[in-house]
Parts: sequence; C-alpha cells; structure tokens
Amino acid sequence: MSEVGTAVSVPSRLELRGITKRFPGVLANDAVSVKVQPGEIHALLGENGAGKSTLVKIIYGVLHADEGEIFWDGKPVHIADPHAARALGIGMVFQHFSLFESMTVLENVALGVDGATDMKALSARVREVSHAYGLPLEPSRAVHTLSVGERQRIEIVRCLLQSPRLLIMDEPTSVLTPQEVEKLFETLRQLAAEGCSILYISHKLHEIKALCDRATILRGGKVVAECDPKLETAKSMAQLMIGAEIRTLARREAGAGTGKPRLVVEGLDLPSEEPHGVDLKRIGFEVRAGEIFGIAGVAGNGQNELLMALSGERIAPHDNAVLIDGRPAGRLDAAKRRALGLCCVPEERNGHAAVPEMSLVENGVLSGHERMGLVAGGILRLQKARDFAARIVREFDVRTPGVDTLARSLSGGNLQKFVVGREILQNPGVLVVSQPTWGVDAGAAAAIHQALLTLAGNGAAVLVISQDLDELLMLTNRLAVINVGVLSDPLPTASASVEEIGLLMGGLHGMGGADTNHGGLAHVA
Amino acid sequence: MSLRIEPRREISWRMLYLTPFLAVLLTVMTGFVVFMFMGYSPLQTLKSFFISPIMTGYGLAELGVKAAPLVTIAVGLAIGFRANVWNIGAEGQLTMGAIAGGGIALATFGQEGSWILPAMMLAGILGGMAYAAIPAFLKTRFEVSEILTSLMLTYIATLFLSILVYGPWKDPEGYGFPQSRMFSEAAIVPIVWEGTRLHIGALIALAVAVAAWVLMTRSIIGFEIKVVGQAPAAARFAGFARNRIVWLCLLLSGGLAGLVGTIEVSGPIGQIIPNLTPGYGFTAIIVAFLGRLHPLGIVPAGLLIALSYIGGENAQVEVGLPQGATGLFQGMLLFFLLASDFLVRYRIVLTRPAAAAPRREVAPA
Amino acid sequence: MSLDIVVPVILTVISAATPLLLAGIGELVAERAGVLNLGIEGMMLVGAVAAFAVAHVTGNYMLAILVAAMAGALLALIFGVLTLTLVSNQVATGLALTLFGIGLSALAGAGFVGSPIAPLPKLEIPGLSELPFIGPILFHQDVLVYLSVALTLGVIWFLKRTRAGMILRACGDSDVSAHSIGYDVIRIRYLAVLFGGVTSGLAGAYLSLAYTPMWVENMTAGRGWIALGLVVFSSWRPLRLLGGAYLFGGVTILQLYVQGMGGIGVPAQVLSMLPYIATIVVLTIISAGPWRGRLDAPACLGKPFRPAT
Repeated sequence: MSEVGTAVSVPSRLELRGITKRFPGVLANDAVSVKVQPGEIHALLGENGAGKSTLVKIIYGVLHADEGEIFWDGKPVHIADPHAARALGIGMVFQHFSLFESMTVLENVALGVDGATDMKALSARVREVSHAYGLPLEPSRAVHTLSVGERQRIEIVRCLLQSPRLLIMDEPTSVLTPQEVEKLFETLRQLAAEGCSILYISHKLHEIKALCDRATILRGGKVVAECDPKLETAKSMAQLMIGAEIRTLARREAGAGTGKPRLVVEGLDLPSEEPHGVDLKRIGFEVRAGEIFGIAGVAGNGQNELLMALSGERIAPHDNAVLIDGRPAGRLDAAKRRALGLCCVPEERNGHAAVPEMSLVENGVLSGHERMGLVAGGILRLQKARDFAARIVREFDVRTPGVDTLARSLSGGNLQKFVVGREILQNPGVLVVSQPTWGVDAGAAAAIHQALLTLAGNGAAVLVISQDLDELLMLTNRLAVINVGVLSDPLPTASASVEEIGLLMGGLHGMGGADTNHGGLAHVA
Repeated sequence: MSLRIEPRREISWRMLYLTPFLAVLLTVMTGFVVFMFMGYSPLQTLKSFFISPIMTGYGLAELGVKAAPLVTIAVGLAIGFRANVWNIGAEGQLTMGAIAGGGIALATFGQEGSWILPAMMLAGILGGMAYAAIPAFLKTRFEVSEILTSLMLTYIATLFLSILVYGPWKDPEGYGFPQSRMFSEAAIVPIVWEGTRLHIGALIALAVAVAAWVLMTRSIIGFEIKVVGQAPAAARFAGFARNRIVWLCLLLSGGLAGLVGTIEVSGPIGQIIPNLTPGYGFTAIIVAFLGRLHPLGIVPAGLLIALSYIGGENAQVEVGLPQGATGLFQGMLLFFLLASDFLVRYRIVLTRPAAAAPRREVAPA
Repeated sequence: MSLDIVVPVILTVISAATPLLLAGIGELVAERAGVLNLGIEGMMLVGAVAAFAVAHVTGNYMLAILVAAMAGALLALIFGVLTLTLVSNQVATGLALTLFGIGLSALAGAGFVGSPIAPLPKLEIPGLSELPFIGPILFHQDVLVYLSVALTLGVIWFLKRTRAGMILRACGDSDVSAHSIGYDVIRIRYLAVLFGGVTSGLAGAYLSLAYTPMWVENMTAGRGWIALGLVVFSSWRPLRLLGGAYLFGGVTILQLYVQGMGGIGVPAQVLSMLPYIATIVVLTIISAGPWRGRLDAPACLGKPFRPAT
C-alpha cells in the first residue's frame, strides 16, 4: 500500500466500463462506467432503486453483469464470486449485514476470511485489528447479543483483516448514531490515507459532502453525473439524484399539538417474545390531537416491539397501559384497537403490512375489513372491497395496472403509498407509522409526508417511528428517543439539537462495559 | 444462447392449472418405462390400469366409492395446508371416527330407527374432531409440531382399533376373526345408484367440496385462513388470531376424516375391521396437492387417485402387477406435480447466461 | 438383577436405538444446513428393502449395506432436486418422499416377503469379546452399531471443529448471508441432504438385516418420524441425539420385555403405543419447558432459497 493520493500516472484501482444488468422487467444498471482511484473515497449517490446496490454486488461477485467490463489496477478481471473479489483485495460491508446470528464474532469473521483455519491466531488478529482502528470487539461473543453498531464492526473488521485495497460500504450509516457516524468517518479517512480506496454508497448528501472526494450519481440505473461533492451544494446534488425540483412541504403553522391527548401510553412493560429481541421498559408518552410525535432511535432498540405493542399485535400486561381517546385498550387485540380508531403502518411492507401474494383488493380487506364495512355476516362484500382498493389507488396515486395486481409486483414506493393510504382512508383518530419512507423514492416520500401532515392537521394524533432523523426533524412537533427499550423524555422538535438527540440515541449502549478503553467512543458502542 | 431461469413477476395462472395435467402425463410416461423394465407389456398394463376399470358401470360406481372418502378428507386437509397447518394424521382421525360411529352401530345392534345413521355420523365427526384436538391443543399451547403429533397419533389410533377388534368388539360368531359383527340395516348408509356400491358418501363429498369452496372464496374465515398461511405477521397485524385458525383447521379436517371413517364402516365395509382403508388418510394428502389445494380442483384429483387404486387392483388381476405399484405411482405423481410447480413461479427463457436476484420464495402452500 | 438379565436388556436397547440414531444423525446434519426432510421414513424403507434384497440374493452383507446407503442417497437426491433446485415446499416434498418410499419398497419387496435371512453377523474381537459384561456390550456388535456411534462422534467433530462444519452451520443460520459472502449454499445443502439419505438408508439396512432379519412392508413402523422428533428433542445437538436415541431404545425394549413376560394385565397394543406416546410427551416437554429447545432451531430451517448465479 504505497500509493497515496490520486497520482495521475497510477492506473485506476477499479474501473467499470459499460456495466449493464437486467432483472425481469427492470434494467437495474444501464451502461454504468465508474473510476475509483487509489486512496480515494468515492461516493455512489442515488435514490432507492437507482441501481447502487446491484452495481456493488457485481463488483463483489455476488451478481454478474450482463454486459460490460471490470478493470482492476488497469487490467481486465472477471470476478466470479466473492472469494475471487476478496482475492483481489475487495472487501464489502453490506447494508443488510451478512452475519450469522447464532454464531460467535470469531466464527463470523472466519467465514469471511478465506483460508482462515487457525482460530486462535485469527482471534488474536481480530483483537489486534479492531484495536488498531478503534473498533472494539470481543471474539467469543454471540452475534445476537450485540447492538447494531457492534455488528457493523464485525463486518468492517472482517474486511480489514484482509488488508483490502478497495472497501465497499453499502449505506453504512443508516444504523448508526450521529456520533458513531463521526467515528466511522475517522476510520474510513484513516484507511484512505493508508492507500485503500473506498466506494461509499449513500443517499445522504451531507455525509457525502463531509466524507467523499468524488461522487458518481446514479438515477434509474444510469450515471447522470460525476462531481466533486465538496464543490456542489446539497441541493444541486439532490436535483441530480432525483431529476426534478424537490417539493417543499406545506407545513402547517406551529402551535398545533395543544389538543386533547388521543393516544396515551403509561408504564408499558413488555418483555420480548423473540429470543434475541428487546424488552420494552416503562414506556410512557402521549400524543395529542393535531400533533405529530416522533420516536427516534438506532435500529433494533425496540421500535418493532413498540409498534406491535401499540397496534395490538402484542397485548399489554394491563388495560390502562394504552389509552385510545381515553378508553383503555391495553388488553385489546389489533382488530379491536382498530375499531377504537387506532390504525398502524408497520415498517415491513412485505408480509407484515401487506401480503405479497395477494391482490390489492385483498390487501385492502386485510386491515380495512372492519372500519370500512367490507364484511357482512361473515361474508366478504367483494364489490365494496374493490371500491375501497380503487379509492386508495386513486387518492394516493398508486401506480398499478389495476386493483387485482399482486402486492408483490408493486414497487416499494407504490406499495408504501397503498399501505399508508389504506390506513389514512380509514379515518383513524390515532395513526402509528413506522419508517414511513424507508426504501421509497423521493416523490413517494414527499407524498407520504404530506399525507401525514394533512391527517394531523385534521385533528388526528400521529406517531412516527423512524431511524431517519431528518425526517423526524422535518415532520414532528415533539420527539423522544428509544434506546434498548427505554424511551427518553420528549423534546420539542423546534428546540432539539442533533447532538442532543444523537447522545440519547447512543446513550445507553455499551452497557456490557466492553468499550471502556476507547475514550470518546465508549458511550456509542 | 442458453437456458435461463428467471422468477416470474406474477405467478402464472395458466401454469397453475396446466401443471397437474403435465404431472399426470409425466407419471404415465414414466410408468410406461417402468412397466417395460419390469417385463410387463406397457400398453397392456396402462390399459388395465387406467382404461378398463372405467369401461363398466360397476367400475364407474367403484370410482365414486373410492373417490368420495379421498375428496372429503382432502378438502379438509387442503384448507389446513392453506393455513400452514399440516395435519398429516387424517388416517388416525378417520380411525377414531370409525370407532365412534361404529361404536354406535354396535351399541344399537338389531335396533331400527332413522336416527341411528345421523347419530353415527355425528359421533364420527366428533370422534375425528376430538382426536384432532390433541395436536391442536399441543400446537397452540406449547408450539409442538402438529406434523409429528398428528402422525404419532395415527399409530396409536390403529393400535387402539386393534385392541377393540381383537377384544371387546370381536364378533362372537366370527370364528375368532378380529372383526366386529356386521352392522344391522339401520346402520348402513343408503345406496344412491341401485345395483352398485355407490353410497351417499359421494354426495356428501361433493357437498363438502362446494361448501369449502364458498368458505374459502367468499367468507372472512377463508380469507383469514389464507392470510395466516401466507403471511403470519400480516395476519397478526390484521387481528386474525393464528391459534383460532389452527384449531379451526384441525377440527375441520379431523371432523371430515372422522365422518369418512364412519361412512366407510357403515358403507362399503359394513363392520369394523383392523385395516379400515388402503391409506386414504395419507393418500388424501396427494389428492389435496394434486387438486391445487382448491376445493373444486380436489374433486377431479380424487377421481384420478381413486382410479389409480382401482387400476392397481385391476392390473394385479389382469397382468399380475404387484400391489405396491399403486403407492409408487401416487408418490411419483406428487413428485412430478411439485417439480412442475416450478413453472408456476419461474419461467425458462432462451438467452445469454445471467443471474437473477436472490430472493426468498413464499411457501406455495 | 443379575448380569444374565442386564446384558441382554442392554443389548436390545442398543439394537432398538441404533436405527433411530442413524436416521437422526443424518437428519440433524441436513437440518443444521437448513433443510427439513420429512421423508426419512421413505428413505429408511427403501434402504431396508435394498439391503434385504442384496443380502438375500448375494449373501454379501457389506454390499447390502453399501447398496442401502446408495438407495437412501438416491431418494435424498430426488428430494434435493425438488426442494433445492426447483424450490418446492419442503414439507410437502418430504411427505411425498415418504409416500413414494412406502410404495417403491412395497413394490420392490413384494417377492421377498416371508423369506428370512441370517442376521447381520456380529464382529468378533478376539479376547475382548469374551470379557464378562462389557465384552458382549462393547466388543460384540455388528458393524452398523459401531458405525452409528462413530458417525455421531464424527458429526460432533465435523460441526464443532472443522471449517466445513462451520460453513454448513452458517448456511442453516442465514442462507442469504452465506450466499452474499460467497458460499454455494445450494451445493452445501445438497451434500447435507445426501448425507441424511445415506444414514437413513443405513438405518433401514439395520432394520432388515439385524433388528428383524426379514422384509415386511412398512417395517419401519414410524421410526423415521420418531427420529425426526428426536432431532427436535436434541435441540440439534448430536450428543443429545445419542442420548435421546438410547432413551427411546429403552422405551421400546421396556415394552417388548413386559410383553415377553406375559404382560402386566394390559393388552399388548397398549404397550406398543408407548414409543409413540413417549414421542408426543417428550416433544411437548421440550417445547413447553423453560429451556425451550426449539429456540435453537436453525434460523433458515425449512425456508426455500433460490440464489443468484
């Protein structure tokens, strides 16, 4: 690793020429060409569905291109599989980690290091490397006992052990607190200074401005621009990424949220039913009519458990733990809580909020059967169900060939609009929505945000659980932070600072005490 | 140019209904080869297997006699399979139904009364339900796999039946054979086609299939069953209680199997014997899949499998084919069907070799 | 109790446990790789008839065992093609495999019903076999008994100590992760399923060559299903499977001994129910108990997976 900087005489570390990749019905990459120089931090910027993940999976040998060439240090290469990629010196940190929950940290590392047979020696190297880069890890721990941030370290250490010459990071910061993000950037800069190239995938513009030397912007599978992010504004890059002017939200005036409390949660304790889940501890808050209340937090801190406890998918220990418009609902199931006016949009669309193998009509019946009167005497009223589905499609601009289309054939953004629309059209008094715009394109995200604001404006209480801090800062009146199943006191959004929220997000991590040697990072393990 | 397999964006309905025929065709073709290797004349054997049994009125009636229990049980099982409830102990529930219904026949031996037969059928249904309640309880209360418990209970039921026919229920005038006395007239199901053995069970089977079709396509219960099977988390989100569906599916399939048990002992058999059926409870699993888990599809599927039973017996007589051939063909048919299912979800295209995205499939059931 | 009674009891426990252990250890490996094969009963029956046929015709027991293993593997291959390549439902396919195996074995074995053979010979170890007590138990067994224990120990070593074993466990824990870091999940699962077929074939061979040296239709009598239950009971750990198999062997033998002693006033059938009842009871205890063994189930068990190329 002697080369430093971006010397002109040195061949590109990685060059892609005309990479094309088709999936049934989708052109994921369309003649994409990218050059990454040695020691360069290169951003791959684009919306969800722009083709970023497909492209890096091709580089890592998980997928194969239909057309195009890959050059490594100026020489054409064929990357047959991830083993071949690793042999070249390519490491990858996946967005959805490639980890094994029931196995130990050491085994997880060993699985990603080809030819690692001496587990003792490997264990020593894990400690050594993790120490050198400030990424503390205990090799004998089982992965399911670790926080999301710690899990990401396994992936990074696994790559670092093989002295990579190109490190691919796919959306690495979506699971980190702002402070953890800062620390990750330090590590990446250190690596780049040592000559390792980094291909950094993100749709977060301020991160790219802070970290990257070059940026390639993808839209609809094509390269639309290459730029120096430090010379661009966030707005100009966003326009390149989205390909249109960004819509600004019709934000209602402050002062909302003074109405009567419509959702009250008090002293909610709920042990997890999953073996590796998070227990909810003494959760308490209230959401008033007209208010949007946010819950921030790093993934895996009890958000899912909280949503299930509110929706009625899990029953609370006592009736008064959840009050809907003043009526005790803690012991009621999902259908009965919906009847009281509480509707929900879970984070996972496929298989939770919607049944992928069922039509939109049937998916409308799924949660709307009671409030929309789609059943009479145990018999489905098919025409009414069709009308309901058609109304959602019309009012929420769901792009679909028809209401008999299977949910799974809709794009993420369109299905999300359908699911959100299905709940809003039931005219809920309380709407609980988790990750409303996760994996959704900008147009759909703006429409969903607008719909939530309108709903609150009409007097409903809206609770938004999200890992996207920007989203919460934009939408909410007040917000609280969930961490290891404990909810912080609510803060008025207008006066909350990102630093303060970030500290709360990481505040109680690392309770195992494994990280005390690492000074400033100790609290964000 | 080469073959490439890619997932379909939507499942192919055409393939869904074509593949059972494809599976039958492949089975017949394989049978042709197998018969040839075994030294039988393939055409002759296939003819005595599939054609000659249905060339007579008697043969057609027998087809109904064998299809009726298969269809009735398979409809119940298919509803459960849709909900991911794998009751594979229908044979045991059938046995318990036969014991319950047959018990009434023996207790009322020599009596007259039009109430006897309905009482028997009710007892049969309740007997099957009670027996299916055991796996339902263990599944909903302790998460014990219903696959293993329902199957274990089948062995237990068979042994229980054996205790009865070797002991208290043995016909005192039966020369020591392990079987009950023949039921009296009031405990025998009516014949619907004079001069044959085709009994009312055939009409019951059709009624059950139609009722199940209405249940599955028009009622909220049927909708709940499908959601629980396809996406348990979505079912919970909708407020559909899984445990209620598990109970419902097991009681329904157990009750139908129990009803079949009673009809079998009070119809074609006319007494209680140690081996009640040639494995209807298990073969109904094949029928359910062959019928695409669709109540109306199960009717032709049941007729086809019934034909394989009669054809097997016929081929045994006419060309001396061993009895095991029937089971082999039934298993093979299911294999081909499961294999051809691939075409419903994927398509094969001629193109350059390339990859498809890794993806999880939703279980077809 | 005198040794005269204890030794034969232990010997019969071993012989009842061996087929369960053989079938169970193969299924355990397949399930650790993430594949649920409910077709054990069918593979055992085909193994049993294949072994019996070869032994009956050639008299060569080693060849018979080999053919049984291959027959089991062949059925497992069908299962693999259907579930791994054609992504069919594993539960349905396993049931189909059982029904197919019952039919195939009945057809193939039709000519062998009622013709007995000499039992699989026990291996004599000069000197050791004559030792009192431990001689007949440890040093006077047939090859399949030794093989069943050796395979179990081998699987323990393989899963715990080898890289290949670690990769196999990884496939059962997360097929998507294993695929994305470059492991050929389908190939590994094929191998695991084939191993399961081999041991099920061996289990069948043990039944028709050693346990009751003859061929009877459906002679497995649900042992394949009991073996499946034992894998759950073992929480997917080979050593606990060994213990479970011997425990169940004990239950089976208890019933045979009580019957042999003229019964205890209950019909023989009630005693015959014992292994089945025991399976249900044990599964319930395992699932209901605070240790909740099912939580150790491989995360991808039974889930279909179709990777990219």
